[in-house]
Amino acid sequence: MTTETKREITYLEAVREALVQEMRTDKEVFLIGEDVGTYGGAFGVSKGMLEEFGPERVRDTPISEAAIAGAATGAALMGMRPVMEVMFMDFLTISTNQLVNAAAKMRFMFGGKCSIPMVIRAPSGSGTGAAAQHSQSLEAWFVNVPGIKVVAPSTPYDAKGMLISAIRDNNPVLFMEHKLLYRMKGLVPEEPYSIPLKSADVKREGRDLTIVAYSIMVPRALEAAEKLAAEDIDIEVVDPRSLNPLDEETIIRSVSKTGRVLIAHEAPRTGGFGGELAAMIAESEAFDFLDVPIRRLAGRNVPIPYNRTLERAAVPQVEDIVAAARALAQEGK
Amino acid sequence: MTVLTPESENVSTSSNRLLHELPREKLAWMLQRMCEIRYFEEKAEDLYIRGLVHGTMHLSIGQEAGSVGSIATLWPEDLIIHHHRGHGHTIAKGADLTTMMAEFLGKETGYCRGRGGSMHIADIPGGNLGATGVVGGGIPTAVGIALALQMRRSEQILLSYFGDGATNEGEFHESLNMASTWKLPVVFICDNNQYGMSMHVSKVMNIKNISTRAASYGIPGITVDGNDVLAVYEAVLEADERARSGQGPSLVDCLSYRWRGHSKSDRNLYRTAQEIDDWKHKCPIRRFKKVLVEAAIMTNDGVEAIDQAAKTAVDRAAEEALTFPEPSPENMEDEVYAP
Repeated sequence: MTTETKREITYLEAVREALVQEMRTDKEVFLIGEDVGTYGGAFGVSKGMLEEFGPERVRDTPISEAAIAGAATGAALMGMRPVMEVMFMDFLTISTNQLVNAAAKMRFMFGGKCSIPMVIRAPSGSGTGAAAQHSQSLEAWFVNVPGIKVVAPSTPYDAKGMLISAIRDNNPVLFMEHKLLYRMKGLVPEEPYSIPLKSADVKREGRDLTIVAYSIMVPRALEAAEKLAAEDIDIEVVDPRSLNPLDEETIIRSVSKTGRVLIAHEAPRTGGFGGELAAMIAESEAFDFLDVPIRRLAGRNVPIPYNRTLERAAVPQVEDIVAAARALAQEGK
Repeated sequence: MTVLTPESENVSTSSNRLLHELPREKLAWMLQRMCEIRYFEEKAEDLYIRGLVHGTMHLSIGQEAGSVGSIATLWPEDLIIHHHRGHGHTIAKGADLTTMMAEFLGKETGYCRGRGGSMHIADIPGGNLGATGVVGGGIPTAVGIALALQMRRSEQILLSYFGDGATNEGEFHESLNMASTWKLPVVFICDNNQYGMSMHVSKVMNIKNISTRAASYGIPGITVDGNDVLAVYEAVLEADERARSGQGPSLVDCLSYRWRGHSKSDRNLYRTAQEIDDWKHKCPIRRFKKVLVEAAIMTNDGVEAIDQAAKTAVDRAAEEALTFPEPSPENMEDEVYAP
């Protein structure tokens, strides 16, 4: 799947490149959100886009997250392909009626006679000292709503290819961009390419233990795996990349091979997507291959705190993954 | 800005002018649609009482002039988006009565293949972009539809309907502000039946006319006698022209009254029988018939023939729809996502 390239860009630049390239080739694609124009987006994703595409297609809005989501939903109903940027994923709480009751349901509710091709780009996650209302990972809420897809790519390469797929998809796609990933660099081909949403990726092969991780937990799991390699623990890291649709097969195959699985995510443990992953694995043929119970490593059941030490402690860090993976690899031996 | 009161029993001067300006066929079409809405909803109620309907329904009996008077102003390619009390808009926009009745009965051949029901009837090819059951929920979506029309330089416009209760929702505020700022081709129409379920407008807002809310968005607002189909027509036509010529949205408040309860569970504990009866005397259909006959546009026999034709059409639609197949639960997931 990887196209040959030697060019390194950041995750943020990869997101921008996908947007720019799709807007160049499809005039129905446009970006809408708060401060996406002159300001260039709160995190700078759309920097320079106003100059190329003008204020109609890089559209600044009032601070009205419900109306922004409605504007995207209605335009999508008309066959356009809006990309809505919400400044922080937390603010989707204001957009939720449009996303959950309109965008996700219209197609089904109207007998399959319309489609809503839109993307909701949502900077997510903690680690920036932004405290409880600017740091959440709300993917589990949306995964529980049939009609909306949820993806959370972890690398610049995946971000570009999956954003292009999300824009071309004929359904609402919630596209999570972890704020700490924005500066991560990686190899990204210049030409447009797409990655199917339902395609988990084995980020690291290993034989002793599978870590299923997405978003920011992928680089942390990979770092943990390198540390544990020194202890002769060989870890496989599987990144689902998309939570809905979910490529169950790749996860099941990996767990069946290693017989041990640790699920890692940043969102609070209770009701988190890890529970769904654990249940899916337990109900699959991989269950017969499990040597030890499935383990979850997730955010603590607290709002994200402000203080640096508290904030770090609220979500799994590399050392937490190392400890949990080591214990799981040694369990029962 | 003309502000009419619900007590106004006389067709205003301008409406009298309209009586002679509009083609007779158009006036007949308006009467026929109003009668079809009335008979459709009476039939729906009857089917419900007979236990043939699975879900709930929200009847707009008494409010027929609002949906017909507004939609009568549209070009065929114009669009509407509306709400849970939406049978009237759907019929006025030209829905096939049989397909609509089939949806009401949850049949596979209904507009939404039995997935939507009374509260969510959409006829996308017919320009009815659907009814939402969340109060005010269609208004932000309307912004997006109108935005697409504007970005495509279309001459089409959109009518966005909601009730009086919806104007207290945050989505109303965000959407009217946004649509006004961008001068979108949409007309916001408040189907003001004076009650949000049990709550009279006077108990939930400190203003007399909902149309005055338009001032905070810098757009025109008008309250019309929503039982006067020609007054509604006149106000909405003016708003249409504004929307179509790039001047942006307007807010038209159609003051009317629902004769029936909010939905089937309503026992009318919040209003008196006298009040309901008073409004029944202001029946928009009877009033329009009287106006047409008195202006010698039609004879008494002429209006009654239209009335009868509407009744027959609804009866036939219901008879046929009852024979249609139920949808199958197999492959229900297929419509959740578009390919």
